[in-house]
Amino acid sequence: MIAELGSFALMLALALSVAQVALSAVGRMRRSAVLQGGGEGAGVGAFLMTALAFGCLMSAFIRSDFSVLNVAENSHTAQPMFYKVAATWGSHEGSMLMWNLILTGYGALIILFGRHLPRNLKATTVAVQGGLGVLFLAYAVFASSPFVRVLQAPVEGNSLNPILQDPLQAIHPPILYSGYVGMSVVYSFAMAALIEGRVDAAWARWVRPWALGAWSVLTVGITLGSFWAYYELGWGGWWFWDPVENASFMPWLAAAALLHSAIVTEKRGAMTAWTVFLALCAFSLSMLGAFLVRSGVLTSVHAFAVDPTRGAILLGCLGLAAGSAFILFAWRAPQLKGGGLFAPISREGALVINNLFLSAATATVLLGTLYPLIRQAVTNEPISVGPQFFALTFVPLMVITALLVPFGPLLAWKRGDALGALQRLWAAAAVAVVAGLLVMILVQPRKGLTSAGVALGMWLVAGSLAELAERVRAGRVPGAESLRRLKGLPRGAWGTTLAHLGLGVFIMGACFETAFKAENAQALVAGERMNIGAYVLTLDKVSTVDGPNYTAERGIIHASKNGAAACEGQPERRVYPGSGGQTTSQVAICMQGLSDLYIVLSDPRPRPNGDIAHLVRAYWNPWARMIWLGPFLMALGGLISLSDRRLRFALPRAATARTAGLEPAE
Amino acid sequence: MPILPKSRKARRRLLVVAIAAPILALAVGLSLNASRNAIVFFYGPTEAHTKHVPAGQVVRLGGLVAPGSVIKASDGEVRFSIADQASSIQTSFRGELPDLFREGQGVVAQGEFNRDGVFVAKEVLAKHDEKYMPKEVVDSLKKSGEWQKGSAAPGKPVASAAPSGAAPL
Repeated sequence: MIAELGSFALMLALALSVAQVALSAVGRMRRSAVLQGGGEGAGVGAFLMTALAFGCLMSAFIRSDFSVLNVAENSHTAQPMFYKVAATWGSHEGSMLMWNLILTGYGALIILFGRHLPRNLKATTVAVQGGLGVLFLAYAVFASSPFVRVLQAPVEGNSLNPILQDPLQAIHPPILYSGYVGMSVVYSFAMAALIEGRVDAAWARWVRPWALGAWSVLTVGITLGSFWAYYELGWGGWWFWDPVENASFMPWLAAAALLHSAIVTEKRGAMTAWTVFLALCAFSLSMLGAFLVRSGVLTSVHAFAVDPTRGAILLGCLGLAAGSAFILFAWRAPQLKGGGLFAPISREGALVINNLFLSAATATVLLGTLYPLIRQAVTNEPISVGPQFFALTFVPLMVITALLVPFGPLLAWKRGDALGALQRLWAAAAVAVVAGLLVMILVQPRKGLTSAGVALGMWLVAGSLAELAERVRAGRVPGAESLRRLKGLPRGAWGTTLAHLGLGVFIMGACFETAFKAENAQALVAGERMNIGAYVLTLDKVSTVDGPNYTAERGIIHASKNGAAACEGQPERRVYPGSGGQTTSQVAICMQGLSDLYIVLSDPRPRPNGDIAHLVRAYWNPWARMIWLGPFLMALGGLISLSDRRLRFALPRAATARTAGLEPAE
Repeated sequence: MPILPKSRKARRRLLVVAIAAPILALAVGLSLNASRNAIVFFYGPTEAHTKHVPAGQVVRLGGLVAPGSVIKASDGEVRFSIADQASSIQTSFRGELPDLFREGQGVVAQGEFNRDGVFVAKEVLAKHDEKYMPKEVVDSLKKSGEWQKGSAAPGKPVASAAPSGAAPL
């Protein structure tokens, strides 16, 4: 019964979304508050019904109801409860249902938090968001229903892919999707602005928190995914320029550009059409990502729940949503008014440069991701585009961007003083050069490029701090006065500083780790040793342990440095009988400050004399923690900005009254 | 300034274009350069034989791991053959094999041929998802006639939710 209830709720959600579009649109045209209210009610209803459907699916998973095909394929009675729940979104159908849940959820948020929006803009936004709901709910109902029953229920399920049975992997899709789908709000706002023919500072102020929130959540999602790949795949890599990774990275880059251009639109009323364009791009790239990930047109190291036939339908959804958006943009954008003038060297100018580079970088990632498809369509030769491509295109563009970042916040609006900014940054530049030289002298004289990379990261860190010091006039006024100013800084300023600083931390970690990581593999019998970096690893013993739905070989390995014990690691090699004997490796990671000692227990290798040796693979990943610390700082910066009084979803009344002009502020 | 347009707005627009053009040119130039140097061709074993891929060129090689060919040495090296119906290629790999690497499974390896004709893989990709076979492998197997429809359609869910242990592929 529960599956039928879920199926029914999903259809009802679709019907309510249709009502949401129709009522909101007609309500806007007739200027009828009653119809608009009806549309809003339908929108909230669509969310509640999708939530009910999601709950039904989850309950089928919790109860291991194998008469539901989706449950039988992705769950197993021996699976721990946590992974039974997580299996709800582990399949294609389940993940699309979650996409819909979040999509309608954002719709409900616009409706509930948008009380201060001008009525017309709100109605149109709600209608557009409802339209997206119709598109994707229809996909879920007609092409990807998770509630299909099997005629003869099997006794046991096929189990969730063991590689997904990991706490981080279980929680990261909801976070990633919240970020992806969060771009839908920005898209709806942009479409509404085009339809209403009005983009102004007030519009940018309403859009920016949503963009900021979605971007921050997406940052966390991508970072968690990268960290998961790092410890679960067992090769110590953290970014592979894989299509699935690029799929999440492109909307992130577009949203990063949007965040910056929206500042110009908000503060100066300029770059309006461009901001709208980026908003449309961000969600289009999200949808493209969903299509690439779910359709399997590109070979990826981590593609799950792939289905080529349904990929075509998803492509249709993408084409419809993105196509209509860009046609509308081409038609209406020329009518949008541009804002105030500014000199080339100014805050606006810096943000324009930032946007040009970020969008050029997005374009290169897009090109690299789609190039195999284009090339194969033209020449019919299968090719792949490796990390080399991105190292030659994306990286140089981002290096220039990073070099310019510290200047932006130090330039004044309208007309900036480049020389003055440079003077305030000389200390940061000195710190950066010293850091680079230190790496060169102390670590490895021949890796000049790495030293330059570390210097670049340090330039960002020191540059952000220099900007903070400038804001509180450190050194020029008494310390107490600086402290008072520091306390009084708006949260938005803290956010900027943290985000830019995080980028620097990331660059330092990424350069250092990539250049100086070490690797060693050796088959060991208990009691034998091997070297990795400055550490000596001793395999104490290998024992068999039983997990809830797997059995594992667990190695106990002691690491020591200069004769002193450093840590103990217990890497495992798990075998899941419920999944046809698939194995996964559980990596042991010993944190040594910011660096990681990464130990993998690989398969047994018998020796000629009959001893069973186990292959131990170890990696020394110096400064690896900074690779994830940096993005977390960036996300934290975004969230802190979001809590800024000036950026709240609910805009202060006074500002509404001032900017809304024609619209009564309710 | 007779060359520049009169209105300040038009001049600003010109300026934006003047700044944007070199950045765009840079991006295009970098991409063109990279697309010449950084693309990796994909071959099936038969194709790799007939096309005489030169030693030292980075390529991707995809096929099935020939049953019975996997030898794991105690120094961490793994040797196996990547095969289709017509030919098979000796492959050597030092590194962590993906969890789904198995005999008879589809696999894509990236690396280069050495002078003795052995394929030295730097990276071995097998899917996380046991229901899935890399698209290139499917295409290449189809070319060499080994692909039977229905044996394991790529990405199709297992037809009936079979009880545990019935691993596809």
